[in-house]
Amino acid sequence: MRLKSLVPAIYILFLLLPIYWLVNMSFKTTNEILGSFTLWPRTFTFENYVKIFTDPTWYNGYLNSLKYVIANTILSVSVALPAAYAFSRYRFIGDKHLFFWLLSNRMAPAAVFALPFFQLYSAVGLFDTPWAVALAHTLFNVPLAVWILEGFMSGVPKELDETAYVDGYSFPGFFFKIFVPTIAAGIGVACFFCFMFSWVELLLAKTLTSVAAKPIAATMTKTASSSGYELGLLAAAGTLTIIPGAFVIYFVRNYIAKGFALGRV
Amino acid sequence: MAKITLHDLGHSYVANPKADADWALKPLDLDFADGGAYALLGPSGCGKTTLLNLISGLLTPSKGRIHFNDLDVTHKSPEDRNIAQVFQFPVIYDTMTVYNNLAFPLRNRGVAEATIDARVQEVASMLDLKPTLMKRASGLTADGKQKISLGRGLVRSDVNVIMFDEPLTVIDPHLKWELRYKLKELHQRTKRTMIYVTHDQTEALTFADQVVVMNDGQIVQIGTPVDLFERPRHTFVGHFIGSPGMNLLPCEVKDGKAVFAGGIVETANAAAYKGGAKSVQIGVRPEFVTFGANGVQVQVMKVADAGRFRIVTARAGEHHIKLLVPEGATVPTGNGHLQFDADRTRVYADGWLVGAEGAAS
Amino acid sequence: MKKTVNQKAWFFVLPVFLLVAFNAIIPLMTVVNFAFQETFGDNVFTWSGTLWFEQVLHSPRFHEALWRQIIFTSIILIIEIPLGLAIALAMPKKGPWVSVCLVLMALPLLIPWNVVGAMWNIFALPDIGLLGRTINGLGIDYNYTRQPGSAWFTMVLMDVWHWTSLVVLLCYAGLVSIPDAYYQAAKVDGAGRWAVFRYIQLPKLKHVLTIAILLRFMDSFMIYTEAVVLTGGGPGNSTTFLSIDLVKMALGQFDLGPAAAMSIIYFLIILFLSWLFYTLMMRNEEN
Repeated sequence: MRLKSLVPAIYILFLLLPIYWLVNMSFKTTNEILGSFTLWPRTFTFENYVKIFTDPTWYNGYLNSLKYVIANTILSVSVALPAAYAFSRYRFIGDKHLFFWLLSNRMAPAAVFALPFFQLYSAVGLFDTPWAVALAHTLFNVPLAVWILEGFMSGVPKELDETAYVDGYSFPGFFFKIFVPTIAAGIGVACFFCFMFSWVELLLAKTLTSVAAKPIAATMTKTASSSGYELGLLAAAGTLTIIPGAFVIYFVRNYIAKGFALGRV
Repeated sequence: MAKITLHDLGHSYVANPKADADWALKPLDLDFADGGAYALLGPSGCGKTTLLNLISGLLTPSKGRIHFNDLDVTHKSPEDRNIAQVFQFPVIYDTMTVYNNLAFPLRNRGVAEATIDARVQEVASMLDLKPTLMKRASGLTADGKQKISLGRGLVRSDVNVIMFDEPLTVIDPHLKWELRYKLKELHQRTKRTMIYVTHDQTEALTFADQVVVMNDGQIVQIGTPVDLFERPRHTFVGHFIGSPGMNLLPCEVKDGKAVFAGGIVETANAAAYKGGAKSVQIGVRPEFVTFGANGVQVQVMKVADAGRFRIVTARAGEHHIKLLVPEGATVPTGNGHLQFDADRTRVYADGWLVGAEGAAS
Repeated sequence: MKKTVNQKAWFFVLPVFLLVAFNAIIPLMTVVNFAFQETFGDNVFTWSGTLWFEQVLHSPRFHEALWRQIIFTSIILIIEIPLGLAIALAMPKKGPWVSVCLVLMALPLLIPWNVVGAMWNIFALPDIGLLGRTINGLGIDYNYTRQPGSAWFTMVLMDVWHWTSLVVLLCYAGLVSIPDAYYQAAKVDGAGRWAVFRYIQLPKLKHVLTIAILLRFMDSFMIYTEAVVLTGGGPGNSTTFLSIDLVKMALGQFDLGPAAAMSIIYFLIILFLSWLFYTLMMRNEEN
């Protein structure tokens, strides 16, 4: 028994090591990083974080990223809800093909869309706005959201719908007052996965933005190439990007198992 | 085969049980005779599954001892106790054929292949599984799968007791009677000790020779199905068994006679009442109540047709009395009089039957 | 569930359809356009038939990238699937540690991919990185910026670090959904640990494992950001996988024709795999 619990412990230790190294560096000066090798900052400093919180080029990066991630999550889940309902309750011409086509987009390599998206979003005048990224990400997130929500909805028997109609609810009334609360866990899981994929995806985010809507990822690369290796700053920036993710997992920790249990990741 | 003795056996799911309510199963003594067919009957949460798992070894009791014949098995694991258990839903090994499913317990114990083959064929024919022996177990219907579960218990010749935990739960209603019949038949053929847990009285009363009625972690009454029906020792038994259940009417006992709704009601045991109870009731089953020329004055409220008889609900004051009236007999409309069969009408004090059979078990 | 036939359901699906179509069909049309045409500038296009396709399919550069990709994906699957399963099996099923474990394990999955790459880029540096220093300190000459072998090692290690948790979470969810009664019956039947794994756990995990395998297959086949940030495709082009090669061609060299052709070929490979995925899953559910 004892030996068994060692396995997850060692694994988690392995997972935390690079993160610890990153956080370690974020509290050091770049000179210390390049000049010596220490497991704990010799001169503990907040200067990297201060720079990020006070320099607009930096903190705007975070705000821009958050903007499109939140916009995308809300958009993806909202349009996915009625569609998932349709797939779960009804049969219609082309339903299976449509479902498959949606899923196939989740499997599309972002690299294939890099250049075409660049041209498309420039053509519609959305280049360098958070909307471009939010919309582009729906390519992957909407099918995912539909898939997850459909799974949860199929677990709710049709009798619930029918009872509501018998009780006199109109369709919107039934949908928002009864159905949505029933699948709240599913909506939570869908939001989690949409947030996750949008927050971490960066090829499209960088391709579709340049200055105004630049996400934090692009800002980080600039640091590495233009003014040499400002490692301390880079580390602090990186550490800060972990926080929203940690936050979100904490909130949905009870649903993680359930969401994966559907096997519909 | 074994005689099972439970001594002062109790179980709590809480680490340090203090109050009565902490005990899922309150300490009890119980004997199961070798080769008997028993049912543990009671509503959800009464402790019957806890008791079953204590006997099978899936749970270790907080208190007390369990003996199989003379061997103390209290701390032995299930495989060391030589028991078999059939669960609520079919538990089979999906990737194996029916044959291999049945052979599995024997193979794990290192039995010779020739013996295994003989046993599997025998059990398969007992359970009508022969035609499906070479099929994948996952392809069978729910009742087929339950039979496989049962079969795995039967293949082993050294099984002390077979336990059933509400095994007909997922079976289609029209197949339930077939499986019930099969179980009874198997018991008579193999003469193994069988303990059957259920909340369904029909299953319990048709399968068992002895029924243990439980409620709230305690044994309320043990007896044959007839005993339970005709002489319930607790109002719970009277109410739980029979459909509809026993009528329970508050009464007083004066000068050795029961008085209800202003009139004397003849009972079998009113004279034995010694007084001092918080609540005194008359219990009588609807089967033993009839309309008559005189008796308790009632107003007929509702007549429900149940096929071969009708269930009539009548009212005396604020009390409802149910009775069964056979097809063809007339039911007075409006007012009438009810007669209770004196031999089958009994007084209960604080829920327990008054008289020579005594109160607590 | 019995679904009723209702063509009006298309209204529910319309927003999704339009959104995804906008993002999928229009760009793909652009790609197809470029794949079958040739331009010498000034927006003059001529039909080039299968020229680009042949060029790509015959180019050694494409073959090498494809080959590297296949090897990489195979290594990833061979390590991550059994490892993830093993960790999931070792995790407690109930208790206070469960959510702590799950949260910590999920952390790598939520880090932006460029940060993952940057983190490992520094972590593995031979002079200032903990990993790099440690390995070199053990006497092994390790420098992923110069040695292809070390670059591959670091790449694989990074991916394992990044994605194994996905497999763990999926398998764990599958494991806890196995009712206790199965384990109890196995106990009663006298089955040993290995038999329990082989006859109860593995069969019940088939659905979940299929998803894990296919997701990891697909996502590792499309790997881009973290790989690019870690090695940039190097040293040389020793770690230039398919996506990296494609982006180099498309956004770097603006070789529209070949890039478009390669995109289509790439997409078709993945599409074929999606179809496989879908069919296998549906067949599983029918069972």
